Amino acid sequence: MSRAGGSPEMSPSGSLGGRSQRTLARTRRRASRRRFLAGFLAQRSGVAGLAVLGLFAVLALLAPLLFDSAQLDVTRATGAGLEAPSGEFWLGTDENGRPVLALVVWGARVSLVVGLAATLISMVIGTLVGIGSAHFRGWFGGLLERITDWFLVIPFLPLAIVLATVLGQSLVTIIAVIGLTSWPGTARLVRAQTLAVEARPYLERAKVLGGGDWHQMTRHVLPNVMPLVLANTTLTVAIAILSETTLSFLGLGDPFRISWGTMLDNAFSNGAISSGAWWYLLSPGLCVVAVVLAFTLVGRALEVVLDPRRTSS
Amino acid sequence: MSLLEVRDLSVTYRTAGGLVPAVRGVSLTVEAGQSVGIAGESGCGKSTLAASLLRLLPSSAKVGGSVLLDDEDVYTMSFGRLRAARWAEAAIVFQGALHSLNPVHRIGRQIAEPVLLHDSTVDGAAASRRVSELLDQVGLPARMAKSYPHEVSGGQRQRVMIAMALACSPRLLVADEPTTALDVMVQAQVLALLDGLVRELRLGLIVISHDLSVLGTSCDRVAVMYAGRLMEVGPARQVFDAPTHPYTMALSAAFPTVGDPVARRAPRGLPGDSPYAGDLPPGCPFEPRCPMSVDECTSVDPVLVPAGAAGQLAACIRVGQEVPR
Amino acid sequence: MTAVVAAPAVLAVRDLEVGFRTRGGRRALAVDGVNLAVAPAEIVALVGESGCGKTTLARAILGLARPSAGSVLYRGEELDYSRRGLKAYRRAVQLILQDPTGSLNPRHTVYDAVAEGLRIHRIAGNERDQVIGALSRAGLRPPERYFLRYPHELSGGQRQRVVIAGALALEPSVLVADEPVSSLDASVRGEILALLLRLRDDLGLTVLVVTHDLGLAWNIADRVAVMYLGRIVEVGSTEQVLGDPKHPYTRALLSVVPEVLQVEPIVLVGEPPDPTRVPAGCRFHPRCPALAGGSAAPVAERCRAEPLPVLSIEAGHHAACYLAPLD
Repeated sequence: MSRAGGSPEMSPSGSLGGRSQRTLARTRRRASRRRFLAGFLAQRSGVAGLAVLGLFAVLALLAPLLFDSAQLDVTRATGAGLEAPSGEFWLGTDENGRPVLALVVWGARVSLVVGLAATLISMVIGTLVGIGSAHFRGWFGGLLERITDWFLVIPFLPLAIVLATVLGQSLVTIIAVIGLTSWPGTARLVRAQTLAVEARPYLERAKVLGGGDWHQMTRHVLPNVMPLVLANTTLTVAIAILSETTLSFLGLGDPFRISWGTMLDNAFSNGAISSGAWWYLLSPGLCVVAVVLAFTLVGRALEVVLDPRRTSS
Repeated sequence: MSLLEVRDLSVTYRTAGGLVPAVRGVSLTVEAGQSVGIAGESGCGKSTLAASLLRLLPSSAKVGGSVLLDDEDVYTMSFGRLRAARWAEAAIVFQGALHSLNPVHRIGRQIAEPVLLHDSTVDGAAASRRVSELLDQVGLPARMAKSYPHEVSGGQRQRVMIAMALACSPRLLVADEPTTALDVMVQAQVLALLDGLVRELRLGLIVISHDLSVLGTSCDRVAVMYAGRLMEVGPARQVFDAPTHPYTMALSAAFPTVGDPVARRAPRGLPGDSPYAGDLPPGCPFEPRCPMSVDECTSVDPVLVPAGAAGQLAACIRVGQEVPR
Repeated sequence: MTAVVAAPAVLAVRDLEVGFRTRGGRRALAVDGVNLAVAPAEIVALVGESGCGKTTLARAILGLARPSAGSVLYRGEELDYSRRGLKAYRRAVQLILQDPTGSLNPRHTVYDAVAEGLRIHRIAGNERDQVIGALSRAGLRPPERYFLRYPHELSGGQRQRVVIAGALALEPSVLVADEPVSSLDASVRGEILALLLRLRDDLGLTVLVVTHDLGLAWNIADRVAVMYLGRIVEVGSTEQVLGDPKHPYTRALLSVVPEVLQVEPIVLVGEPPDPTRVPAGCRFHPRCPALAGGSAAPVAERCRAEPLPVLSIEAGHHAACYLAPLD
């Protein structure tokens, strides 16, 4: 609303000096970063989500210091099988007598890595395909759209199972499978947003100024699509972590690494439910819920903060 | 007794940035069979004024003064009474006819809706008779009741909106920018329709527009608004042709007379922009852009005083003084 | 016949046709045979109702729409539609759109918006000085104060000036302005129009204004071309076309403009024309008040059946009407 725009970075011309637009761009970037940070801090749920994520990230990073990897060795387990939580084993033990707490902390590493890496793949493919299919009308755009539709209607689990079987069970396979199957949603979203941006008159103006496809996409479409993609990323991370859990639970995970999914799988197959070993099931389960929820909260907050309409008030 | 009497109306919005006065002390009367135009630029408060007449403002707005509809204060009415008054006594045609119609319902059903809502004795057959009657009144064929909004043109949609507003035979019609986004030829058609309704049904009509030239030729009286205030009021033709307030002069000159040698290759406008309602200058709000301001203008906030022809009022301390033009 | 356009035209279209496909899949012509020449430093207004093809014609002139027949000529040469050809052409011919708010990327500052063209064309020289020059020519002074502002911090008039500055930075020879002031406040309108006039006088810019506003044409245009259903129906100097209209459509259009006092309004019946259903004979005959009123009786047969020829590109006052020579 305010037209005055007397923001502090609007210093008199003197300080902008002859040092050209680089100084200018830096000033502007600093200002927008400040605005972004202030906006995000105002979103309480987002800050809470970020705190939870930070905690898990720190635990994952410090896992080797907190729990000697020797504790994960089945042959050197110190406790008895399926021991209930106690002063020695805070979260009890698994069927081999390993402490569940150590497993959960080590499992966070795999779950987070899979979640983030798969999301990165999914975002890159989704954004490229989405922008491409909206920007290039004609056969190329049509082809990209059909491919998106095709991936969208393929049921995730059967495809994932087939891919995991063909490519072999490893962490890389899991990441690839999740990444390659979760992008169509993003592509759809990006395509819709790109179409909206391309209908704006400033794209026409850029065209008449002589800007080619590359210019239009990098200078106008991408900056206006990225906030949405970024907000969507957090939701995709949540889905990827859940997918990793699902695949591992189905026994398609990497058998040599501990993740929350493999823990759940082991708990299930070793009769944790029938023997009442709730700590074994609940610990990884709650971790999954907490991380997924935290990512979702951060995503929501980002969506609000990055909405361009917000900055105009 | 006037059909509508607005007395010293003020509307203030509470915003995060403080109080924003959108309408400041506006008085206005509309008689049956009379059309009054309210002219002003974006942000001058004219749409807030229109909404305030029927108590359609958001809860963040604080209203002062009074709006008398047939001598009954709209702001002291019970909600039930207000609901009845909103269609049966005064109806509003909103800006943006293109988006105000529901795309999934046939036009006939949308026109019948207020009829059925306000009179429980009306049955389906009577309602559809009323719809044909209303369509005829706005110059559309009765078969259009079976069409969907996307099947008719912009001008026709505007007519449908007017038919909807007429559904409960109101005595006052408020039209907010009824011709914006319409072509000149269609605009002329819609204005002729509104004019006919005022004469035939003895409606009171308030037309809100940014285009003084349209109001000057189609209304009986015109009020010019700037920064929430009425700057000039008077007989429409008179205000448009012989304005006395410098702001009205500028507005009038902004719409040149085709064929007038003075306007040829000489577009005229005002430097600067309208003030933001939350940050008004002291004294006359128009002073910063006024080509004939004097020192006194920065301290005195002028009130409407008789100026020019009979019935013409202007809020300017220089009115009546010999002003070099 | 009269002489051909005196000065060599900087911009011309010859027998231009631009087609489009309707939702039903039918082909129709938005521009259906147009000849027009614009001389250097001339301001030409293209007026008509929405759907008459004036915006499509402007887009074709900018190379944004490909003609299905005929050609666009810049300095006598046909438009080169190759990527490189268009890019070069767009240094010379620039566009001002109706909606200045939408024309500016909300995430770009004023500086970036004005420098955009300079960067695209990698124009040599000090970018900052060029931006300062363009902003001050567009009337935003002192320019440095606007550098870091975002579009939403500016008023409508200032935004339109930023768009104009962005075009001026490329030092074009032609500006195509599509309804440049119709979304601006009345009191700001005159200032923007005065700016266009000044740019013509100071820089020798050629301006093609697309508008429905006859008052605007009277304010700034040297010549006026009236379009109806894809064709130019009347063309001539502003004084001729608006002062002494020959075509019944121009007369009707003028009569409904509130700013024209002396005449009784001729409100045309019926809805705006539809390019998918072009009437036989004269395109205007179903709505023509002269035909309905009987004053066109001597030529009525021809109005209904015989198509009118496309108006030629020659200078002078022309109207596509069987009545025009009889006047």
